[in-house]
Amino acid sequence: MRKGLAGQRLVAMFIAGVLLLNFPLLSLFDRPVTLFGLPLLHVYLFTVWGGLIAAVGWIVERGAR
Amino acid sequence: MLPGWLIIGTSFAYLLTLFAVAYFGDRRADQGRSVIDNAWTYGLSLAVYCTAWTYFGSVGRAASGGIWFLPTYLGPTLGMALAWLVVLKMIRIARSHRITSIADFIASRYGKSHMLGGLVTVIAVVGIVPYIALQLKAISSAYALLAEDAASPLPVGESVAWWMDSTLYIALTLAAFTVLFGTRHLDTTERHEGMVAAIAFESVVKLLAFLAVGVYVTYGLYDGFGDLYARAAAHPDLASLLVFDSTGKIGYGGWFAHVLLAMLSVIFLPRQFQIAVVENVNEQHLRRATWLFPAYLLAINIFVIPIALGGLLHFGQGTVDPDTFVLTLPLAHDNAALALFVFIGGLSAATGMVIVEAIALSTMVCNDLVMPILLRSRRLGLSAQRDLTRLLLGIRRGAIVGVLLLGYLYFRLAGEAYALVSIGLISFAAVAQFAPAMLGGMYWRNGTRDGAFAGLLAGFLVWAYTLLLPSFAKSGWLDPAFLDDGLFGLAWLRPEQLFGLAGLDNISHALFWSLFANIGCYVFVSLLRVPTTAEAGQGALFVNVFRRGDSPPAGFWRGRAEVADLIPLVARFLGQRRTEEAFRTYARSRGVDGMDKLKADPDLVHFAESLLAGAIGSASARVMVSTVVQEEPLGLGEVMDILDEASQVRAYSHQLEEKSRELEAATAELRAANDKLKELDRLKDDFMSSVTHELRTPLTSIRALSEMMLDDPDIDVDDRQRFLGIIVSETVRLTRLVNQVLDLAKIEAGHAEWHNTDIDMRELVTHAIEATRQLFRDRDAEIGLELPDAVPMLRADHDRLLQVMLNLLSNAAKFVPAQGGRVDVRLTADEGRIRVDVRDNGPGIAPELEAVIFQKFRQGGDERSRPQGTGLGLPISRQIVEHFGGRLWLESIPGDGATFSFELPLPPAADGE
Repeated sequence: MRKGLAGQRLVAMFIAGVLLLNFPLLSLFDRPVTLFGLPLLHVYLFTVWGGLIAAVGWIVERGAR
Repeated sequence: MLPGWLIIGTSFAYLLTLFAVAYFGDRRADQGRSVIDNAWTYGLSLAVYCTAWTYFGSVGRAASGGIWFLPTYLGPTLGMALAWLVVLKMIRIARSHRITSIADFIASRYGKSHMLGGLVTVIAVVGIVPYIALQLKAISSAYALLAEDAASPLPVGESVAWWMDSTLYIALTLAAFTVLFGTRHLDTTERHEGMVAAIAFESVVKLLAFLAVGVYVTYGLYDGFGDLYARAAAHPDLASLLVFDSTGKIGYGGWFAHVLLAMLSVIFLPRQFQIAVVENVNEQHLRRATWLFPAYLLAINIFVIPIALGGLLHFGQGTVDPDTFVLTLPLAHDNAALALFVFIGGLSAATGMVIVEAIALSTMVCNDLVMPILLRSRRLGLSAQRDLTRLLLGIRRGAIVGVLLLGYLYFRLAGEAYALVSIGLISFAAVAQFAPAMLGGMYWRNGTRDGAFAGLLAGFLVWAYTLLLPSFAKSGWLDPAFLDDGLFGLAWLRPEQLFGLAGLDNISHALFWSLFANIGCYVFVSLLRVPTTAEAGQGALFVNVFRRGDSPPAGFWRGRAEVADLIPLVARFLGQRRTEEAFRTYARSRGVDGMDKLKADPDLVHFAESLLAGAIGSASARVMVSTVVQEEPLGLGEVMDILDEASQVRAYSHQLEEKSRELEAATAELRAANDKLKELDRLKDDFMSSVTHELRTPLTSIRALSEMMLDDPDIDVDDRQRFLGIIVSETVRLTRLVNQVLDLAKIEAGHAEWHNTDIDMRELVTHAIEATRQLFRDRDAEIGLELPDAVPMLRADHDRLLQVMLNLLSNAAKFVPAQGGRVDVRLTADEGRIRVDVRDNGPGIAPELEAVIFQKFRQGGDERSRPQGTGLGLPISRQIVEHFGGRLWLESIPGDGATFSFELPLPPAADGE
């Protein structure tokens, strides 16, 4: 698993996370728009964060079997 | 609002509960039924990352900067994604080297150096003490808020004399608690199962408390998220909190720096290292932690912004410290029970951090700072046989109390100068300095002790200059003027705009410069020289930890040791009972009956050293073991032995190469032989098909004529006579063919019989011409003969040579033209050989056919004019001539006849005659 697919997936998730949670992608969502009454930026950050956790969880728990 | 005794009583009740959990955990561990051998417990215990700083400070940060509280929690999420690669490697390394702290890790990696361990310890203590102060401050201000009037922010700790200050007593209580938790006994692995169980429990409590106040504010005081956001958006002062960068000062670069900082600190904070690496029971638990811990962070942060907005909406800006919103909001709405629960949650967050951090620091201080100094001072190092376990425990306990008192001192001096969140980030930036030496040590073999030392020192100094000193200045301990004017009035030395670098907030600025100096010095100094043996050895062990099995790294160790010396040495630090237990287990794993039967081999010495390393650090362990083990440098003899062995190995490999070359040659020969055999097989097939073909032609005519005569009895006598004539001649031809085939086969196989006699070639040639004279007459050809007067006698088979001559002559007769045909025969003899030429004036033979006519069943001339013959005459003749050591060849000019010649060697004996 260490050198296997799961390890590479985790690195890919890490890179994706770094890109999604930083400039310049982050700046795309910093605009005065609301989603369900919440600011777009906050919704975006928490959604990406949650998605990242879910993906990492899926990768590692899958590899555990 | 609440009576002091109630708060204090509840707090103590909570601490006692914690202690019960810890006691239960330890008991279960002793029984071998660990409660923390569980991925969920491990994941939850990692949440010790969330301190009072998270608990109170996040809201404060959100109230002033909006979304900016978040990088501190996004970083760990990213860091944990790589945990399965990085932290797993740390766990494996720590386990195989019995590493119990970051200082030990770095010291052990770079050749078990005392200097490095000491420096790391100093950095850790200096960096972490403010953080501990922060926890004390959080608890004491929360207590003050709860116990008195909630409406006004209260100065804590400053107005009263120190012996009246409740914070001091909080610090002492926590110290006592930590001593009870962490240093009840010495353990070789520095594992504290009960403490981890208590930390996991605390993590649950603080999460529940924070979620409770979050739900209360969001859904109790307001009407959900949407309502809060709508109200905030309508509020002119609060609307700016909802966009990315309300102040416009820090920018995306700062955001990135904060994420990076949090990412590094989640691995390199001493308490995180303690929980994630040292206290790890099973590597596989790390899997769940990689998502459970970030999920925990997500959960505890969902209500941060709602609480901040709720507090600001309720109190307005500038009246109440936003750090205290979680307490003041319930209090303001007369919900004292909830406030008490929230207080317990905050207490939980603070105590968890303080306990783990103090234990981690005390291990470092004891193993990497105090022990080396004690060991060096002669008095103790040599005072034999004294039991040092009590001393060790005493040092640890002293260190814990010392660290907490330092924290209190810092709190007392720094006071209210800084918001919670800033102190936390300063600590993060300090521990980030460990990253280059640690990560470099795990993935780069060439890092040297000097490089690590230079990098750490440079990073630490830059950190102190750009972050710590300014924070002192802002607290009023130093003249704040140097912030604006720079050191010695040099503007380019302004600590927060070093070398004029502006446009970054102070944390990003300090992080950049310190890591720049740190990594730069680490890499460049490391590359100045080749690593020493110790560095290279440890480097290889660390970098390749996954490639090795679990066998201890014995390596090139040569030395003499006595078991009787080793065991007492270990017992001095670990106590007699534990030592004997450990050695007995080791003996059992080696298949030895008792520990007195153990042999003091390198493995045992390594085992003893790693036992000690757990208790007093790897560098000190090396020093202690070396006092009873006479390590012998490799002598010339051994070196020669090793060289001998190496040259033997080389010789073997040479031989192997030789063998393989020979094999290759043999293979080539075999392949050639095989090819030849295949070719011969093909020739044989050709021959068989040619022979059968030649046999069939006469047989066909014989059969056809015979059948005709059989079927038709009334056939003419003349015809019958003619047919019988043909049959007879065909039969003769058939017989000749079979004879020739047999002949050829015999000669080729070497089975032919040769009757050698002395031959006069003149006689033989004349005889042959006489025998074929009728043939030439039939073709109207003339025959000329040229004979020398005398030729030496030749020893050969007369009949065979005659056969050759007859064959050549009959061939010549076949090819001469019908009119004016002429054949010349010439016999010559010179030194050692005798030669016969048979020349005709026929059409000659084309050069491309010259080789062909000597093959079996191949005849010259085109298909139509092909004369009668078997096509075996020439091959047989050639075989005969070659049998006698001569050769037979053809010279021909197309259109101008052909000359068949053969020559035979004369026997040396014949010369004399």
